[in-house]
Amino acid sequence: MAEITLQAVEKTYAGGFKAVHGVSLEVPDGAFCVLVGPSGCGKSTLLRMVAGLEYVTAGTVAIGGRPVNDLEPGQRDIAMVFQNYALYPHMSVYDNMAYGLRNRRVPKAEIERKVRDAAEILNLGEMLDRKPRQLSGGQRQRVAMGRAIVRSPQVFLFDEPLSNLDAKLRVQMRVEIKRLQRRLGVTSLYVTHDQVEAMTLSDVLVVMNAGRVEQIGSPQEIYARPASRFVATFIGSPSMNLIRGVVTDGGRLALSGTEIDAAPGLSARAGQTVEIGLRPEDMRIAPHDGPGTLPFRLEFREDLGATELLHGTIAGEAATLHLPAGSALHRTETLSLIVAPEKLHLFDPQTGLRLG
Amino acid sequence: MEKRVTLNNRVLPYLLLAPQLAVTLVFFIWPAAQALYQSLLRQDPFGLKTTFVGFANFEKLFTDPLYLSSLYLTLGFSFSVTAISMGSALVLAIMADRVVKGAQGYKTLIIWPYAVAPAVAGALWWLMFNPTVGVLAYVLRGVGYDWNHYINGTDAFILVVIAAAWKQISYNFLFFLAGLQSIPRALVEAAAIDGAGPVRRFWTIILPLLSPTSFFLLVVNVTYAFFDTFGVIHATTTGGPGQSTTILVYKVFADGFLALDLGSSAAQSVLLMLIVVALTVVQFRFVERRVHY
Amino acid sequence: MSDNSAKSAMVENRPWLDALAHGVLILGAAMVLFPLWIAFVASTLDGSSLINSIVPLLPGDRFLENYTTALSAGSKAAGGVPVGLMLTNSLIMALVITIGKIAISLTSAYAIVYFRFPLRMTCFWMIFITLMLPVEVRILPTFEVVADFGLLNSYTGLTLPLIASATATFLFRQFFLTVPDELLEAARIDGAGPLRFFRDILLPLSRTNIAALFVILFIYGWNQYLWPLLITTDEQYYTVVMGLQRMLAVPDSEPQWHLVMATSLLALLPPVAVVVAMQRLFVKGLVETEK
Repeated sequence: MAEITLQAVEKTYAGGFKAVHGVSLEVPDGAFCVLVGPSGCGKSTLLRMVAGLEYVTAGTVAIGGRPVNDLEPGQRDIAMVFQNYALYPHMSVYDNMAYGLRNRRVPKAEIERKVRDAAEILNLGEMLDRKPRQLSGGQRQRVAMGRAIVRSPQVFLFDEPLSNLDAKLRVQMRVEIKRLQRRLGVTSLYVTHDQVEAMTLSDVLVVMNAGRVEQIGSPQEIYARPASRFVATFIGSPSMNLIRGVVTDGGRLALSGTEIDAAPGLSARAGQTVEIGLRPEDMRIAPHDGPGTLPFRLEFREDLGATELLHGTIAGEAATLHLPAGSALHRTETLSLIVAPEKLHLFDPQTGLRLG
Repeated sequence: MEKRVTLNNRVLPYLLLAPQLAVTLVFFIWPAAQALYQSLLRQDPFGLKTTFVGFANFEKLFTDPLYLSSLYLTLGFSFSVTAISMGSALVLAIMADRVVKGAQGYKTLIIWPYAVAPAVAGALWWLMFNPTVGVLAYVLRGVGYDWNHYINGTDAFILVVIAAAWKQISYNFLFFLAGLQSIPRALVEAAAIDGAGPVRRFWTIILPLLSPTSFFLLVVNVTYAFFDTFGVIHATTTGGPGQSTTILVYKVFADGFLALDLGSSAAQSVLLMLIVVALTVVQFRFVERRVHY
Repeated sequence: MSDNSAKSAMVENRPWLDALAHGVLILGAAMVLFPLWIAFVASTLDGSSLINSIVPLLPGDRFLENYTTALSAGSKAAGGVPVGLMLTNSLIMALVITIGKIAISLTSAYAIVYFRFPLRMTCFWMIFITLMLPVEVRILPTFEVVADFGLLNSYTGLTLPLIASATATFLFRQFFLTVPDELLEAARIDGAGPLRFFRDILLPLSRTNIAALFVILFIYGWNQYLWPLLITTDEQYYTVVMGLQRMLAVPDSEPQWHLVMATSLLALLPPVAVVVAMQRLFVKGLVETEK
């Protein structure tokens, strides 16, 4: 069983900078876990601690139940795919993939078999004799993955592997990675700043910010019930709109002259100011104007072909709508919107945490 | 300047450094310390007793007319060698920069003297200027000058300057050429459009842009003239006739090994060390703007 | 350099300038080559014809004879040390110094760049100091140390004191700093320890630098003058560059010019051949070591 367990893991650098504050995380065996967050949030540091490339200042890292804090990277039975591929430039593709096995004194015939198997899975069969500089970015990335697969490790680690590829290639490779992981069933830890990759690849999604975990859950959970303002605006593109409002005595929400229904079981008090989160795709154009609808003042629109983005303001605050193409065809300046109460997300303005 | 990722072995780095550090300590640092110490001692004439005399050796040097004349001689020598070799190298480099065909051939023909040892260079010119059998001496006699570096101190000085400069032209040529080739074409073309002819372009655009290279070469050439020319002198004039080619680095050798005046030689060594330090500091501090090739 | 070599689209087309350039270059090359030519001519003449008459401009007919004499017997007036022996000594000295310097500098640079350990910077500065201590400024004390170790008149004495090189170490250090960190990380994950990483990854990547440095250091080693002069009194260990001096410094008589010039040419041939044959690497080596 190759689950990854992190308990209260911390990382403080020599100058005193604390990159990771007490992170605890459990990645089940065979699951694909993605660490996502903005630059500097500590996700790469965390990955490197699991890899053994950084010392753990406090807490334990365990793979398959075995604590690995004191083990060298080469002893942890892991494989890693780097952002810049890190292929050995002077070795052929074959040798790049064989290197790790040779260091472990695997018999030559077995190395041959494993390399060719991996090459076949990744479509690298014809390139085994070439050097990295003769390959394209996508091909190099596949060699990097081949190097990882060949070792049949307990854990795969990915450090933003798709960042250096162009957009189209990125989409292709994303699918390949997911397929590969499903097929091989190896526990994987993947770091990215791209929330689309995060949503599509993960079984377990970990959103990080400033060295702390904001939320852990399945992508659907995180999308549907973000635990904080940060997660809410980070996941989902275009990001969630946040409008200030006040809870009324009647348990409804008041903003800029209108009142709308809130979901039942509201845990905010009357009179409390809240931040209301509205996803651009969750709002609809109201059949009629009037009470219970939100006034939206349109400023300009972006046509995406199948859908369109409408930029404007609600209650004076900037907001974006994501609607099917042609929805607002004859409206030029103001629209009335409705949104289902279950799709409202409420956050405490001070703490940023979810309410209810 | 530093690596982000490092290895954490405890013993291995010391083992890796041990050979170089060992040789450095035994053959560089310890002798240098010895030289420093010995410069403060004086042996009595019979070599039986040594006394600590503080800076007396240094004072003696600065009042010794032979040392001072050697110092001035070295400065003159270094100036001449630098001027001649840098000047000719610059001319050749400018011409080489202009030609398209045969550039590689000229380059090969001009850079090979770098590989010639100073002593061998000295030997070659020693023959060329030999009063009896030398071609150049013959030519000079033809125009009325009776060249004889065995007797005439100036002739000897000129000979060693030429031999030393000849060898160094190739080095300067290479760096000047690379420096010239790194000047963006667009600048020269813009100047031409602005109406500047070739000579004016040279003085106002090319030469200033070449100044980092020039400064760098200046330091290297001076260092070369001070220290690497020992072979030229020792193989040919051995400092003579008289003292006319006794440059500082030769004097250290002569006083130490031949005359066995340890204190004075050590003091001279220390002064030479200071000169090297000064030149090295200048090189690293002020020649920071590296020309990229 | 990419658009600088497009000289076809010249700034101005002044053919006379081109002719001038070629003229100057030919003149320059001729001046540089002239001493070499004279030396060659002298080395092919009969010894007696060199006593009183000027060296002619065309070679003579004693090429084989003179060179054979030089190689096998040397210059009698100067004690008759066979140049062949001296050439062998020079070769040994140059190769040992070159290979030794490269090996030691590689390991030292590796230690300084890739490891963190107490006294790291101290070691760095210690190596740096050697840049400021050429042999010429510590002649006597270094001689004493070598003598005390009993290394006079030995190959070890000829080579060991010259094997620590700050320039080579700094060059490799500079290069190692440009090697991407991820290669080390990938190698560690692939189970490679520090020595394996050094051997399998770092060394192969350093190949061109090593080759370039080989050229420069070989020239340096071969051309050593003062040091062999000081520590060898036994003819068995004379090197050709210092041996030449003995041929020149014959007291009370003229040097045997034909043999001296033959020896000079033999002395400069190997390093010059290396420079000419490996010109690109040579230039790279020069440029890299001066950064």
